[in-house]
Amino acid sequence: MDTSETILQQASPDLVLGSDTTRAAKPARLSPSFISWLQAGPMMLVFLAFFLIPLVFVVIVSFWDYNEYQLLPAFSGRGYTDTFEGCIAQLPDLCTIGKTYLKTLKLCFLVWTITLFIGFWVAYFLAFHVKSKTWQMGLSLLCTIPFWTSNVIRMIAWIPLLGRNGLVNSGLMKTGLINQPVEWLLFSEFSVVLALVHLFTFFMVVPIFNSMVRIDKSLIEAAYDAGATGFQTLVNVIIPLAKPGIVIGSIFVITIVMGDFITIGVMGGQQIAAAGKIIETRLNALQFPAAAANAVILLAITFLIITMMSRIVDIRKEL
Amino acid sequence: MTETTGKTGVSRRTLLKGTAGLAGLAAGSGAITGFPYVKSAETKVLRYLGTAVNEGDDISKQCLKDTGIKIEYITATTDDVTKRVMTQPNSFDVLDTEYFSLKKIVPSGNILALDAKKIKEFDNITPVFTKGETPGGKKIGGQGTAPWKVLYLEGKDSKKFATSATEFVTLIPTVYNADTLGIRPDLIKRPIDSWSELLNPEFKGKASILNIPSIGIMDAAMVVEATGKYKYADKGNMTKEEIDLTMKVMTEAKKAGQFRAFWKDFNESVNLMASGETVIQSMWSPAVTKVRSMGIACTFQPLREGYRSWASGFCVSKGVSGAKLDWAYEFVNWFLSGYAGAYLNRQGYYSAVLSTAKAQMEPYEWAYWMEGKPAEKDIKAPDGSLLEKAGSVRDGGSYEERMGAVACWNAVMDENDYMVRKWNEFIAA
Repeated sequence: MDTSETILQQASPDLVLGSDTTRAAKPARLSPSFISWLQAGPMMLVFLAFFLIPLVFVVIVSFWDYNEYQLLPAFSGRGYTDTFEGCIAQLPDLCTIGKTYLKTLKLCFLVWTITLFIGFWVAYFLAFHVKSKTWQMGLSLLCTIPFWTSNVIRMIAWIPLLGRNGLVNSGLMKTGLINQPVEWLLFSEFSVVLALVHLFTFFMVVPIFNSMVRIDKSLIEAAYDAGATGFQTLVNVIIPLAKPGIVIGSIFVITIVMGDFITIGVMGGQQIAAAGKIIETRLNALQFPAAAANAVILLAITFLIITMMSRIVDIRKEL
Repeated sequence: MTETTGKTGVSRRTLLKGTAGLAGLAAGSGAITGFPYVKSAETKVLRYLGTAVNEGDDISKQCLKDTGIKIEYITATTDDVTKRVMTQPNSFDVLDTEYFSLKKIVPSGNILALDAKKIKEFDNITPVFTKGETPGGKKIGGQGTAPWKVLYLEGKDSKKFATSATEFVTLIPTVYNADTLGIRPDLIKRPIDSWSELLNPEFKGKASILNIPSIGIMDAAMVVEATGKYKYADKGNMTKEEIDLTMKVMTEAKKAGQFRAFWKDFNESVNLMASGETVIQSMWSPAVTKVRSMGIACTFQPLREGYRSWASGFCVSKGVSGAKLDWAYEFVNWFLSGYAGAYLNRQGYYSAVLSTAKAQMEPYEWAYWMEGKPAEKDIKAPDGSLLEKAGSVRDGGSYEERMGAVACWNAVMDENDYMVRKWNEFIAA
């Protein structure tokens, strides 16, 4: 007999503990699976109402027709055929959508590599070189400081720095390193990548750091005892164990960059195509089905990338 | 215990409902009950959807003072204004939009044409809108969506534009201007007199146009025509071949690195010019003024091929009726009565009713802004900041000269869908 029943009995001696009472109470108890559903329910409903249902609408609308001022709810593949216009006829030249996605993927790849590199080492430093928990917390909070201002401000702040008569150029001119201002610093792929890396590295740091702090320190000691070099420990112990963090961080960065058009617009001087930009232009011209079709295409491509990444690591298993 | 609480709660709620209902009835409304109506009966509120052009705080304050109507601004970009009219027609009362968007808005049936007879100053509206000529009798170029082509509807609920004057007005004219290229004379150091200069390799990496397809393509067409490559039948309504040709010229220039950046909003255009990133670009009048007020030389350069013009005006949402419609008329009438017109004129725009605006301006202001005469005194902005020193002359000269030299108007083309696709191709090139 466990103590709780004893205590209960002592507290209220009138209470009869009998097998009858216990049996009567049992059917009222909820089954564990029902409780799990109940717990997941609110999130599921939110997900359904604000993600799945709108998404279904987007897919439906993408197959509608349209004119200058309204949607025509009749089946039409126009949104898609218009988007891929010239893709076969113009071969071997790339069509608009091909060029756009090639550019977007290129930017995405560059940003991903750089944020991964920087993010990994920042997380590594925080997890292994900073010994005290307080300092770890303090320094990670420090990383969030840029997030105290808006995206747009962090982005625009680069412009006076990188411009033709900006700080960097005038500095370089004064030191005599260059005679002519360097033009590619601003409104170029360089400035786009720079701004995106600046904006999104933190999304890489957090999940990687999270994975790294959970690595059992004795594993590293064991590796050291077994005679592994620092590099071997990194490649064979730390990176494999930090993989879930790396993949989650990568998913954050890739999905954001694939859909971004504001940063690419502002930093690229509106001269660089982006998958998101096509959607925006179509929306502004009130061509909703065409915009929806482009959104579906973007979603499919992003989904494909994510699927490939989760093939490398089974996130659910690793968590 | 539980029962009692429940009962009290119910009765309290019923009481509240009853009161609200009574209040609604008291306010004279049978159909609508509840607080919102009661509140709006006390203060006259109009939700005003538009771009930032007309939306001065001074205007809304003066309006409240003169008419007791409280204006709640809903500010959006030109594209977003149109989008909102289409998708949320009940989210605004008064709409301030450009004439070229009427080709989309009118067929949607989401706006209500206003009655010309209820507009006091309607007969005094400048002939630019009604006849397509300046008060001095100069014919104005009508390519594109010129306001006089879409000013009237055939009937109250008609979705067709009337070819002659009717009493059903799509948009009551308020403000308009003639746009051209802005340049940095201090960096260019030679006279500029043609749109073709935008593609002159001399300005490689220092030119810009705006990335709003329906306006950008008009500027592009002005450039193409100026280079002598092609003469359009109507720049504002191109055929597919003409769109291809225009975009081809622009794409080649883009690939050669002619453009530093494209701009999308007012501030971007100011920053590009002020920082010296660009020295020649399509621009809007107040943006030039803004650059100049920063102490940087910037000219709104008149060009021999003429100006690209735009115009906007007021209408109301389909959902507006009863007392609210009366306030809307009261507001529009107030807007044309002078204060707002003078305010807009002082920013370098033009007001639709010239006589009332003139009465509200100092003679030297009128002479500078409208008659193209050298300023007798320092010219100040509506907020009191110095715009021009005494002795300076307005770029492009007088109203007659500027509006008389308009070549085309902002437009929505029949091939708009194709044009937008081509524009995306241009950006991706």
